Amino acid sequence: MLAYMIRRLVILLLSLFLAAIVLFVLLRLLPGDPANALVGVGATPEQIAAAQAQLGSDQPLAAQFVKYLRDIVQLDLGNSFVSRASVLDEISRRLSVTLPLTLASFVLALLIAVPFGILAAVKSDRWYGLLLSVVSQVGIAVPVFWLGILLVYEFSLNLRWLPSGGFPLRGYADPARAVQSMILPVLTISIVMSASLMRYVRAATLEVLGSDFLRTARALGESHTGALMRHGIRNGAVPVISVLGIELSTAFLGAVVVEQVFSLPGMGSMLLLGIQQRDYPSIQGVLIVSTLLVLMTGFLADLLQRVLDPRLRQGGKQ
Amino acid sequence: MADLLTVSGLSLKTADKLLVEDLSFSIGQGERFGLIGESGSGKSLTSFAILGLLPASIRPTGSITLGGEQIVGASERRLSSLRGDAVACVFQEPLTALDPLMPLGRQIAGPVRRRLKREGIDSSRAAVKREVRVLMEQVRLPDPQRLFDAYPHEVSGGQRQRVAIAMALACQPRLLIADEPTTALDVTTQAEIVQLINALVADLGISLLFISHDLAVVGQVAERVMVMRNGRPVEIGTAQQVLTKPHDDYTRNLVAAARRFDAALEGGA
Repeated sequence: MLAYMIRRLVILLLSLFLAAIVLFVLLRLLPGDPANALVGVGATPEQIAAAQAQLGSDQPLAAQFVKYLRDIVQLDLGNSFVSRASVLDEISRRLSVTLPLTLASFVLALLIAVPFGILAAVKSDRWYGLLLSVVSQVGIAVPVFWLGILLVYEFSLNLRWLPSGGFPLRGYADPARAVQSMILPVLTISIVMSASLMRYVRAATLEVLGSDFLRTARALGESHTGALMRHGIRNGAVPVISVLGIELSTAFLGAVVVEQVFSLPGMGSMLLLGIQQRDYPSIQGVLIVSTLLVLMTGFLADLLQRVLDPRLRQGGKQ
Repeated sequence: MADLLTVSGLSLKTADKLLVEDLSFSIGQGERFGLIGESGSGKSLTSFAILGLLPASIRPTGSITLGGEQIVGASERRLSSLRGDAVACVFQEPLTALDPLMPLGRQIAGPVRRRLKREGIDSSRAAVKREVRVLMEQVRLPDPQRLFDAYPHEVSGGQRQRVAIAMALACQPRLLIADEPTTALDVTTQAEIVQLINALVADLGISLLFISHDLAVVGQVAERVMVMRNGRPVEIGTAQQVLTKPHDDYTRNLVAAARRFDAALEGGA
């Protein structure tokens, strides 16, 4: 297990390295010099040259790349062109919105998807089992931003229960309002996410229901529910966990859109703002940190799967 | 003495297809009965019907009585109390028949705990574990210490089938159904498993319904046999008579084919 963890960590770092290369190339492919963005329109050639020297963009690409990697390794993501503030500080401030949003949505989506997915499979021959499948199919087709707007229309404009957007300036120092402003965004992401998760849970449950080992348990006197509890949950969980890593990443990306709809000061809005303002250090920082988070999620999902499935553990030794 | 299992006029059909038609046989207390047929002849479906585990799409008609209780049309609650108590089953493919994520000891412990509870005796962890050890020895699993915590994929096919047999015996059923229990195993292991089933059934005095397409294997186990084809009974009689002097053309062909096959094997060796 330890050897596997180390190997998996090496893969994680390699992936991060590759992502950093892609990011470096993409940012250099964007038209225009970041120095122009730094000094603004109407700057003299001298000012631009000074800015280039300050940014290092007058250096050869190879030298720029080495400096870029060294900065990342040292967790130095630079300063914003616009606010001059440290990008890392800004990201950690924004993560305090995006991470709770993503995690809460993820947990709520699981709480919806697991029981309903199992029900849809166990009762697939009844009308309500079928209805659940249909609802989840439709749910997958619902665009996140559209659902967000719909929820705002109903719960903010019509019922006036919840704020339509924004986040308290004092943040979590104002817990009641912070939580209130999170409710609709969390609902938006988790509803859409639970629709696709439910399909995975349903498929995994159907597979377990048709399995020989469940039949064995029942042939030896275990009740249907008892057999599902004793053998079904663990066996059904393994394939679902393999998609959880991807689903959590999707939730994180969904947060980018949802933060716009609800004007939340998270990572997503920082990325979009950075692109509008050509704030290269911000864009770079957000993308590197997001990549790292997504990779870590996959890493954790893999480990969890191994803990549950002894066959994978043995495969790792060979 | 009344027969333990009586199947009479059993038919199994889906909405548009007749799978088993007018099947009748009975198995006495302690009797070893063989059911022979090629794949698709309806023998496994018959065993599912006896267990009350037919898929919802297949409707049984006729009558199956097990220890005096009617199975056809019985409620799930009645059926699940009969399963394990009156009847238990060993299936063909021991790799998929066992839970891949559960250690073998715990898998055997499941039916053991249910039986101890049913009989109202001590079902504490220690008592269950002791019983599991006894069963593992009974089915002659080597190195029980290690196998107790091993997973199905970590042991051989023969050992897996021994675990499956131990699980069935843990129920102390009056009828054991063995549905092609040797088909997935190699020849040497086959012989061992057949021997084991024979010995256990004789020791414990339970009845056996042994299902196989392999005439030689059935011949080693059963006292009486029935041959099925396309869901219909072809011939029924003592193993001796059916396997050596069959009346029916189809059975004669089967026996002749098995002989030719054996002869070819010996000639080739």
